[in-house]
Amino acid sequence: MLDLRQYSCLGEALRAAIDRWPDEVCLIEADRERENARFTYRQFKEAALPLTRALQDAGFVSGSRAAIIMTNQSKWLISAYAIFFGGGVLVPIDYKLTPEEQLKLLAHSKAEVLVVEYHLWRAITKADGFASLAARAVLVTETPAGIELSGATRWEEFRDSREPVFTARARGDAACIVYSSGTGGRPKGCVLTHDNYLEQCVALTSLYPFWPGVRYLSILPTNHAIDFMVGFIGPFVCGATVVHLRTLRPEYIREAFTKYKITYMSLVPMVLKNLERGLRQRFAELSPARRKVLDSLIGVNRALTRRRPNRALSRALLRQVHNAFGGELRAFFVGGAFTEPATLQFFYDLGILVGNGYGCTEAGTVISVNDFKPFRSDTVGKPLPGTEVRVVNADGEGIGEVAVRSKTVMSHYLDDPEMTSETIVDGWLMTGDLGRVDASGHLQLFGRKKNMIVTEEGKNIYPEDIENVFEGLPVKEFCVFAANYLWPERTMVGEKLVLVLHPDTGQNIGDDTIANLSERNRRLANYKRVSGYLIWDADFPRTASLKVKRIELAEQIRRGANRESVVAL
Amino acid sequence: MTTLEKTTDEVLSLAAAHFKVPREQLSPNDDFFKKLGINSLQALDLLTRLEQHFRIELPDYELQGVSDFRTLAERIQSRL
Repeated sequence: MLDLRQYSCLGEALRAAIDRWPDEVCLIEADRERENARFTYRQFKEAALPLTRALQDAGFVSGSRAAIIMTNQSKWLISAYAIFFGGGVLVPIDYKLTPEEQLKLLAHSKAEVLVVEYHLWRAITKADGFASLAARAVLVTETPAGIELSGATRWEEFRDSREPVFTARARGDAACIVYSSGTGGRPKGCVLTHDNYLEQCVALTSLYPFWPGVRYLSILPTNHAIDFMVGFIGPFVCGATVVHLRTLRPEYIREAFTKYKITYMSLVPMVLKNLERGLRQRFAELSPARRKVLDSLIGVNRALTRRRPNRALSRALLRQVHNAFGGELRAFFVGGAFTEPATLQFFYDLGILVGNGYGCTEAGTVISVNDFKPFRSDTVGKPLPGTEVRVVNADGEGIGEVAVRSKTVMSHYLDDPEMTSETIVDGWLMTGDLGRVDASGHLQLFGRKKNMIVTEEGKNIYPEDIENVFEGLPVKEFCVFAANYLWPERTMVGEKLVLVLHPDTGQNIGDDTIANLSERNRRLANYKRVSGYLIWDADFPRTASLKVKRIELAEQIRRGANRESVVAL
Repeated sequence: MTTLEKTTDEVLSLAAAHFKVPREQLSPNDDFFKKLGINSLQALDLLTRLEQHFRIELPDYELQGVSDFRTLAERIQSRL
């Protein structure tokens, strides 16, 4: 891998990788059983630099901001490199947000350029607020022939073959603005520097190295912090190959393992559990005799790898299982949400390593990850090299808020010094998660201090971001809470949101109101919906400016109601 | 029966068979995530089954923002 200490910015490191491994394959884009594109590092450069030049011709300069809203595909990475080469700041936006939410983040980030897929662009042009889109250039990929883009430009045609000017940035300059929340409330645009990313890359690759010939299967969208680091920057600065799969369908993921002999893959708990379910089903279909043999082999593998993994031994013992994953898989990385220990243990017993990690966007992706020395299914591993973790305000059992200090911690929240100073205190990032560091230095998580949930798809949902949809509901007032915030439980799975309704005096919450509420709930993406409602017969405490005092209200509800009072929707 | 109604009916029958629930328990406006108790990956599984039946290709993104059978049927209808 490159010695990243030599480089001041991501553009410079990526440029060096391209020059070092010009003939290695860096990127493959697959869609189902088809292979759409394949690039060597040289071809990748040839695809990206004409885009940089065209951007520069259009006034793109050092520090200009460019947003990308795309699904998981090769043009994401090509565009990102073009932006970094020109000294730009990348704003990755989740393509799964609604067009209105995307427009809000585009406005907040002040992105001058937008790179977007056609079907997403079409939705944006129909959204409320489209007229306020301020981007100077909109580049739309994969537009069908004969379509008029009304002011936007086809990405494929936006290029200039003249040499672009490489624009270096300093380590402390912003590389990306990544939104961790705030689509409905106060936008949290994490400003992550080149130093944040380069330091994170050094730390991660010291534990999980890449090299030319390694193939990383990318199924998470690259706007996802994990995929940006482990499925772009990490493999590229090591001369490895990224295989993008443009579908999440299990049958094509299985096919990609064997077709591309995958070495690493990142996933969220939901996908890992799906793989587990598929394997368990296949095991259940075995004849009793074969099942007995399999169970014995799993038992032998478990006993022999208790202290340390042994890849060669596990592959020899459980060859068929490993062959189903292509035979060259070294590890999965799972993160974005809490993974149940039983799932991690299931894979470890098969000799398939799952690097269970913990992190957040504000910390520059990863805070801790399992190092398998030895495997522990009950923890999220040890802090990355160079990352300090401490527990603040610990209770009698040593559980308190997890605080992090590292060169990977973001610089600040964009245009929000107040929220920045609440989140980064004396150089420590306050995560809002509750945990404990055990005697061996492993971090264990027990719940959250903050009012939010994380789904098994790795989506962070903040109540403030979804409350808008309930505006106009015929009740006196309402407020959304995470159920575990109202009634703390030591768990981070199955988290749910609850809508607290305060009826008008004498008002009966009838079927009409519930139907109204349900209809509004369905306007939200399925993973953002409230799972139940609670009727609360007291005025909400409010500030002088009439904002709901959420902490105080939560305390009142905690004292006056319990989980059983919540009516499921 | 209009074509969209027929498509919706077929979607409901296929979903019922795929997830082993009685057909009569499903109706066009149902939220399939909730009614079938499935996650987005399982919904993609259903999409694959529907593609085979209708002999079309539906990119994963066609499921984005869709949670009821009727809208799903409309997305299919537009590609028939």
